[in-house]
Amino acid sequence: MTFGHKHILGMDQFSADDITRILDTADSFKEISTREIKKVPTLRGKTIINIFFEASTRTRASFEIAEKRLSADTLNISASTSALVKGETLEDTARNLEAMHPDIIVIRHGHSGAPHYLAERCNFSVVNAGDGAHEHPSQALLDLMTIREKKGTIGGLTVAIVGDIAHSRVARSNIIALNTMGARVRLAGPRTLLPTGAERLGAEIHTDMQSALEGADVVMMLRIQQERQGRTLLPSTREYSRFFGLNPNNLQLAKDDAIVMHPGPMNRGVEIASSVADGDRNVILDQVENGVAVRMALLYLISGGDKLAE
Amino acid sequence: MSPRETVILDQPAIGRALTRVAHEILEKNKGTRDVALIGIVRGGDHLARCLQKRIHEIEGVELPIGSIDITMYRDDLASRGSLPIGKTELLFPLENKNVVLVDDVLFTGRTIRAAMDALMDIGRPRSIQLAILIDRGHRELPIRPDFVGRNVPTATEEKILVRFDDNQQPVEVRVCKP
Amino acid sequence: MKLLIKGGRLLDPANGIDDQRDLLIEEGIVVAVGNGLNADDAQVLDVSNRLVVPGLIDIHVHLREPGYEYKEDVLSGTRAAVAGGYTSVACMPNTDPINDNKSVTAYILQKAADAGLANVFPVGAISKGLKGESLAEMGELREAGCVAVSDDGRPVMDGEIMRRAMEYASTFGLPVISHAEDLTLVAGGVMNDSFVATELGLKGIPWVAEDAMVARDVMLAEFTGARLHIAHVSTRGAVEIIRAAQKRGVLVTAEATPHHFILTDEAVRGYNTNAKMNPPLRSADDLAAIREGLADGTIGVIATDHAPHHRDEKNVEFNIALNGIVGLETALPLTLKLVDEGVLTLGQAIDRLSSGPALALGLHRGQLTAGHVADITVIDLDARWTLDAGQLRSKSKNTPFAGWTFKGAVSHTLVAGQLVFDRLETGNP
Repeated sequence: MTFGHKHILGMDQFSADDITRILDTADSFKEISTREIKKVPTLRGKTIINIFFEASTRTRASFEIAEKRLSADTLNISASTSALVKGETLEDTARNLEAMHPDIIVIRHGHSGAPHYLAERCNFSVVNAGDGAHEHPSQALLDLMTIREKKGTIGGLTVAIVGDIAHSRVARSNIIALNTMGARVRLAGPRTLLPTGAERLGAEIHTDMQSALEGADVVMMLRIQQERQGRTLLPSTREYSRFFGLNPNNLQLAKDDAIVMHPGPMNRGVEIASSVADGDRNVILDQVENGVAVRMALLYLISGGDKLAE
Repeated sequence: MSPRETVILDQPAIGRALTRVAHEILEKNKGTRDVALIGIVRGGDHLARCLQKRIHEIEGVELPIGSIDITMYRDDLASRGSLPIGKTELLFPLENKNVVLVDDVLFTGRTIRAAMDALMDIGRPRSIQLAILIDRGHRELPIRPDFVGRNVPTATEEKILVRFDDNQQPVEVRVCKP
Repeated sequence: MKLLIKGGRLLDPANGIDDQRDLLIEEGIVVAVGNGLNADDAQVLDVSNRLVVPGLIDIHVHLREPGYEYKEDVLSGTRAAVAGGYTSVACMPNTDPINDNKSVTAYILQKAADAGLANVFPVGAISKGLKGESLAEMGELREAGCVAVSDDGRPVMDGEIMRRAMEYASTFGLPVISHAEDLTLVAGGVMNDSFVATELGLKGIPWVAEDAMVARDVMLAEFTGARLHIAHVSTRGAVEIIRAAQKRGVLVTAEATPHHFILTDEAVRGYNTNAKMNPPLRSADDLAAIREGLADGTIGVIATDHAPHHRDEKNVEFNIALNGIVGLETALPLTLKLVDEGVLTLGQAIDRLSSGPALALGLHRGQLTAGHVADITVIDLDARWTLDAGQLRSKSKNTPFAGWTFKGAVSHTLVAGQLVFDRLETGNP
């Protein structure tokens, strides 16, 4: 059985079967993190370079743990501090990376399409750890894994995604993935944070929180990037929190067993009230835990991905 | 069944072989104390359950049983691709156990090497023994089974197929010529 | 010296001629047009089975000299022009130094004379340094040879400056070419604001950024009575605003580029930086509106916005890639596609490439009756060829049309009766 994908660039490359296979594989890998010796030799001798052009703590840590638990040799390059890539063109970076003969490059980049740029020009596998406002596929997959774990299934669920949809790669990847898996997706936020052609994304559009939450199985809150709001998208975080923040009152509109998700880091008191962030509905730490398993699965699958298996 | 395939063991023959292996396990370990069965996914796990049942019939003791998937420990990721990963289920501590590793066919020994590595990562058994339904030879590693259902001399290019029914009971063993 | 162009089909839209005609040329001027012309002392160019049209005129070209010779220079740019059938090009002032004074204009014209290929008509700056703050010396620019003024590459954001620019330019009979976009609405966008942008996670430039500025400039032209030309129209709204203004008698002309009537924003998928333009490639509806505008004459000019860039300026992340593509060598076959698809008649197509542009900038070109300069393009309508970007004469190869197969190729280009391009001689299309 071949996986058939050399790169992980976006959720739009995966069928429902692909996604199920990734989640099943991640389920198997999850157990390793509970062992005394949290390491298997699966990717022994493979070299993985994590190159982050944007600051990231949790995604980078999650990838690094996943790589180490699979026994890969890993190297981190942070573009803001490394002379290797500072002020250099992406093409030269690609050439330099290639000369080191890595098997996999995990890249986070502020410009949409940068991982595609590397994938088109280089021999190694490329894993997109977030590009601009485009995609963040491993985040969507860990979200799906968490939903499946808690709800038993994904198809048929109603998932409300609330917040800055327009600038969120997490939202973009989740919308595509949830659609592929047959979930009903609702997007909610002020019109300034909804992208052009949002209705064509295969999701219901809501500009009020109440109708978006009504009867939802899953509530996914997005981080309001305060530094990104500029002067025009929102008048204040205070007003945002009043109309689009998740709090114990409006959460009651969702199903009794609805789960609350957040990709982190949270702005407590802005998009999510502290009492909800700490409440028993939230699965935010499950998301973090599953992130490692999903990333192990992705790295494993692409490592043998283009070979024909018996 | 194609003319290139021969049944070398039928169901009764497999049954007799497993019964004998069960007795040998008991004899070598002087009973059931601290003995645990761990089957290699997939095939070995089914046979481990057969052995557990037989030992229960003989001694009246239900041995702890587990299964281990060795996909993550394979050394042929590059040539075989990313095989689906099965479930490893070990619900008892390995410490101080005399583990009997169970597999259907012993060939190059690489699977057993991987299974032993996997076991060592999970815990520290007192000893590991190896029970095999079919030993077909052609070892590539210094690995020797402790209990053998049947030795079957084969050519390298032949295949040995152990068939199980829907209840995971072994029904026959075939040799397939290429 | 005399030259007889014999046996071709002459298509001269300005004079309503589409028939078998020979042309006799003397001292660079057409002296006779007729059937079965003979002149014993003339050299003969046999153009049987070919289309003979007024030399094509591209009023929107970036020749990059002075300052950016690594992208293009006057010689390579005019070489590309004549290979694309163009006998005249108007070059934009965003060079380094900027063409906002007569010495730069003179320099460009000297380079053009040295090259001796296409006619080069410089466009001067509207504002000093293209800063949009104070007017350039348009009187001297015109004296030095500029045929229009424009801050192309950026809009004149300040309404007062644009008003005074129109008033002042009309004093010297110079048309004002507007690069119409409201930068406050562009707000850092890199492609059309559309569902494709949403899917690609790229920041969009809304159509209203263009429409709003076209509307302002058209109204200023109406208010001042100045002659206005809207560069590279890309939206339906802009076409409709211009059409309505022309009906009211406003002196406004407009151009569209081949990429805006051939490609949509779908071409950006895959983060193709050769589909990154300003204005951006728009929707299918905008494309349809531009085609309608070309057909009904609202848009009387096809111009290329030929924008050569070095490979290193395009082979980067989409967000930071420079805008624009080379266009001189692909405009004619792309325009002929519109003829094939029934959008334009052949006469309309040639008009938008020759007489239309001449009219927009008041150039005494674009027709082939006796007494006119013998700028002539000869076209083989049936030639099929495939574009190999490496073969382009332009120094830069940034084109989204590499690998496309075209019907129709330039066979000869003559400037003032001199053969400056012969397809057979160069060996490739």
